[in-house]
Amino acid sequence: MNHNTEKTENIFRVGYTQYLNEEGRLFESLKNLSVAGVSSELLVEFYRWMLFTRTFDCKAIALQRTGRLGTYASCLGQEAVGAAIGKAMREEDVFIQAYRETAAVLIRGVKPEEILMYWGGDERGMDFQGPREDMPCTIPIASQCCHAVGISYAMKIRKEPRVAVVVCGDGATSKGDFYESVNAAGVWQLPLVFIINNNQWAISLPRDEQSSCETLAQKAIAGGISCEQVDGNDVIACYIKIKAAIDRARQGQGPHLIETISYRLSDHTTADDASRYRDDDNVGEAWQKEPMTRLRNLLLHELIIDKAGVEQLEKQCSDEIDAAVARYLAIPPASPTTMFEYLYETLPDHYLDQLEQVQKKILQEGEK
Amino acid sequence: MKDMTLIDAVNNALFDAMAEDQDIIVLGEDVGANGGVFRATEGLQAEYGRERVIDTPLAESLISGMAIGLAAQGMKPVVEIQFMGFIYAAFDQFLCHAGRMRNRTRGRLTCPMVLRAPYGGGIHAPEHHSESTEAIFAHIPGIRVVIPSSPGRAYGLLLAAIRDPDPVVFLEPKRIYRLQTESVDNNGQALPLDVCFTLREGSDVTLISWGAMLYETLQAADQLAERNISAEVIDLASIKPIDKTTILSSIAKTGRCVIISEAARSGGVASEIAAIIAEEGLMTLLAPVMRVTGYDTIMPLAKMEKYYMPSVEQIITAVNNVMEF
Repeated sequence: MNHNTEKTENIFRVGYTQYLNEEGRLFESLKNLSVAGVSSELLVEFYRWMLFTRTFDCKAIALQRTGRLGTYASCLGQEAVGAAIGKAMREEDVFIQAYRETAAVLIRGVKPEEILMYWGGDERGMDFQGPREDMPCTIPIASQCCHAVGISYAMKIRKEPRVAVVVCGDGATSKGDFYESVNAAGVWQLPLVFIINNNQWAISLPRDEQSSCETLAQKAIAGGISCEQVDGNDVIACYIKIKAAIDRARQGQGPHLIETISYRLSDHTTADDASRYRDDDNVGEAWQKEPMTRLRNLLLHELIIDKAGVEQLEKQCSDEIDAAVARYLAIPPASPTTMFEYLYETLPDHYLDQLEQVQKKILQEGEK
Repeated sequence: MKDMTLIDAVNNALFDAMAEDQDIIVLGEDVGANGGVFRATEGLQAEYGRERVIDTPLAESLISGMAIGLAAQGMKPVVEIQFMGFIYAAFDQFLCHAGRMRNRTRGRLTCPMVLRAPYGGGIHAPEHHSESTEAIFAHIPGIRVVIPSSPGRAYGLLLAAIRDPDPVVFLEPKRIYRLQTESVDNNGQALPLDVCFTLREGSDVTLISWGAMLYETLQAADQLAERNISAEVIDLASIKPIDKTTILSSIAKTGRCVIISEAARSGGVASEIAAIIAEEGLMTLLAPVMRVTGYDTIMPLAKMEKYYMPSVEQIITAVNNVMEF
């Protein structure tokens, strides 16, 4: 071995997949898609869930603007990624969300009124009755990646055929928790799929100021795990690639990372005003690529659904969301004493005087 | 019964806990083949395997966050952070998730994890290896902070911490890891959490301390006894929550209190105890409550260390002051 003259150079390539283009035309025939497990029925289901999510999102913002919801993080424009995740996962898998994967969360069985409860300031919203082992949303950026390592580690040593899927944003890839998790997932070859929902903006910081990496996906290579990019506005590509990664992880082939390229069409949250830092032109361009129009065009073009069918779906979603909102608004508030009730399994006596203070406040309020 | 040092007791508790509960996982840096830099986990990996005794990559936030994920899946992770000086990277996960998980999911998910770390000064260690920052953890809601001060209490309290259904920070006073050997009944019995231990009954003054400083505190009590001053010595043990019942009933008896801690003076656990006594025990006091603590300085390196650490003489001076008040 001559260490002085030999030089090792690793050459890597990050693939990019798009099956459904901006006009709603497929690069492959539908027949091929059926081979990949994408039936006409599944396409309609995708569209229905994306529509349901967008309807929910619009309603949530309306509720916030009228004082009936707290600060809310919209997922406008990112419905495809969520829908793909939701349909690619099995019930027994564990989803570790950030906070913009509304479509996935809904598909996994969290009720719209539960999501509203959380953003409406009620902790009970994260005690969702659907996927009991799924993690609550994660506000501190990238921290959920470490939880996903622990969750998938437990699955691996228990030899369960289950997979963990974790989502973070483009901003999260700058943080230590992201790198530490990718690295550890590689070391232990965990059944874990990382998804970077790259929506181009971390509040006001654009993608190119977040990292000089050509792709965010390639950050996985440093951790020794495979990676790729997918058009995040193409639900078909997202689904096929995410499903394949989950299947491989379930078969013991280890972790994988997918960067889905999308765009945050909304403000960061309802407390944000994106016009302070980005041009309308930029957003207008992004609207041309958004995920729902292209899928609807495909469905109409391939005669899978007609205009009346689309309108019927719109009405169904709207009615269901209205009913969920009515249920949300009718939920009586929790007792303030619950802030003590769930602090420990058994509240130490040491805090009983503080509990009495809040009980006293409740009584005084009743007397007013 | 077995003769053990404090570090042996930690090791024994880990062995016994892992034997009784398959869901217990030990993870940290160098905890496997190396048995931990202080040998707290010695022999565990050989006994329980690499999957349950995990050598992690060098990433404290990962270790802490991973434990939260393991706990959410029903495992019981026992994390070793190599030195308290490296715990701050793990702090973010612990504060933002471990202590909150039960509350923010209304009990759907919980976090029965233990975060162990050696802490404290007095062993001429390198920079970042000597601080006592237990107060930072004591400020976090939803968790417990426990510090043992003898081999017997290390064994019993660590078992209790591991069996507890909520997150526990377990800080081990490394200065006394090997200072004394004690016969410990390693019968798998845990000691109670959330309570103080009265190590010595007395009637003139209450001395409250925890961790390694109890060594000097008990020496001071011996010297005071020679002068017919009867000191009651309380091992706080539970830094959070603080057992105010035991403290207040002792003060009611003695009327005087000196709190001894090697941590920085301001905003410390000693201050919290003084505040509890001021609020609820003022009328029983015969003298002001005194604190004997480290300074509000950066913990000095080895050459100046002894000037930082509270001494037996400082404790006796404080007791003299409250006796003469």
